[in-house]
Amino acid sequence: MSIFAPIQWFADWITYGVFHITEKTLLADAVDFFIFDTIKIFLLLSVIIFVVSYLRTYLPPEKVRHYLADKNSYFASFLAAIFGIATPFCTCSAIPLFLGFVEAGVPLGATFSFLVSSPMVNEVALVLLFGLFGWKIALLYAFSGIVIATLAGIAIGKMNIEHLLEDFVLKNRTKNNIVIQKMTMMFRYGRAIEYTFDILKKIWPYIVVGVGVGAWIHGYVPTDFLASYAGADKWYAVPLATLLGIPLYSNAAGVIPLVKVLTEKGVAIGTTLAFMMAVTGLSLPEFMILKKVMKPKLILIFASVVGAGIIFTGYLFNAVLG
Amino acid sequence: MAFFFHLDYHLAYKFMTNIKVFGSGCASCKRLHERAVLAAKTLGIEGEVEYLTDIQRLIDLGVMQSPVMTINDEPAIVGYVPSEEEIVKTIKEALGR
Repeated sequence: MSIFAPIQWFADWITYGVFHITEKTLLADAVDFFIFDTIKIFLLLSVIIFVVSYLRTYLPPEKVRHYLADKNSYFASFLAAIFGIATPFCTCSAIPLFLGFVEAGVPLGATFSFLVSSPMVNEVALVLLFGLFGWKIALLYAFSGIVIATLAGIAIGKMNIEHLLEDFVLKNRTKNNIVIQKMTMMFRYGRAIEYTFDILKKIWPYIVVGVGVGAWIHGYVPTDFLASYAGADKWYAVPLATLLGIPLYSNAAGVIPLVKVLTEKGVAIGTTLAFMMAVTGLSLPEFMILKKVMKPKLILIFASVVGAGIIFTGYLFNAVLG
Repeated sequence: MAFFFHLDYHLAYKFMTNIKVFGSGCASCKRLHERAVLAAKTLGIEGEVEYLTDIQRLIDLGVMQSPVMTINDEPAIVGYVPSEEEIVKTIKEALGR
């Protein structure tokens, strides 16, 4: 029995017992699916965000910097990609993170690896993928995210792009002094609970709408409806999905439930993964903010390298799994 | 004696406390600033709670998250926005040392 069986039972009870919708109709399917998925996702999100944000209090970015500074650039890129999973990414912290890393001697490539992996491989996306697609797809996503972040960082590091940073960035060399707040256990719990509520408050409308529209498509759109437009054999699907993902950053939480049903209706899995990576990893607001520390040309290089990585991954999974 | 001590305590609050909020202009940074202003008012701290967007100064303090509230140029709140009461408590604790 699945651990979600009680939720399924509850969803069935609401659909058939409370609303008295006739069994095996499209409407019943859609309502049942909506109730089940919403409850499951919110339960998973609450638990996982809480656990991750509690653990995260032990690894503030100041500590990450300490581990990354003055390391071999390949290794640092890989480490940065791994650390990126555990660190939350908010566009407000992009600039202090970037400056703090570079000025303390973290290799430029590793800084970029971190900038890619931190938003792309995050617990909200992973929980949604796990809840809706299963652990295999979630792992595949995490793994490709880390590989793309590592390689993109190494590639950018090799390009000698120092002159494309704003002048003040390299002028200021700070000591790698770290200020770590002393925290009690209660403080960590408090922070984690607060953070969990904050995130849930921010994303719940997107999830409800995403799952709602998803439930509707699930019930009313014929299976394989999209296969003729976005199946594995359509070469343009992956780059198109990547481009479409760029402006959708803030809606990542709503996009994943939607994307789940798109896959059911025939969109190839590689295309789906590419789309989600573009939603989380390539974000317009982040690019705008990065303009403060780097020249537009570097932002373009950054976006192209990451975009190319995402598109390659999409094709790869379409070829292997499609 | 106790009276004088009490007075001193308040004078220390009033004139020797310098509170700043550093942010990159995002919504949570502004929220922290608003709450810090209210907290300073509650404690009767004189002088303005400045809002600074100079990220370089933040880096020089050894911090890489935003928003940050400093008390007498020491980071006291890093990377989150506590409630007004909590800010009041933080300021009291920092000055009580």
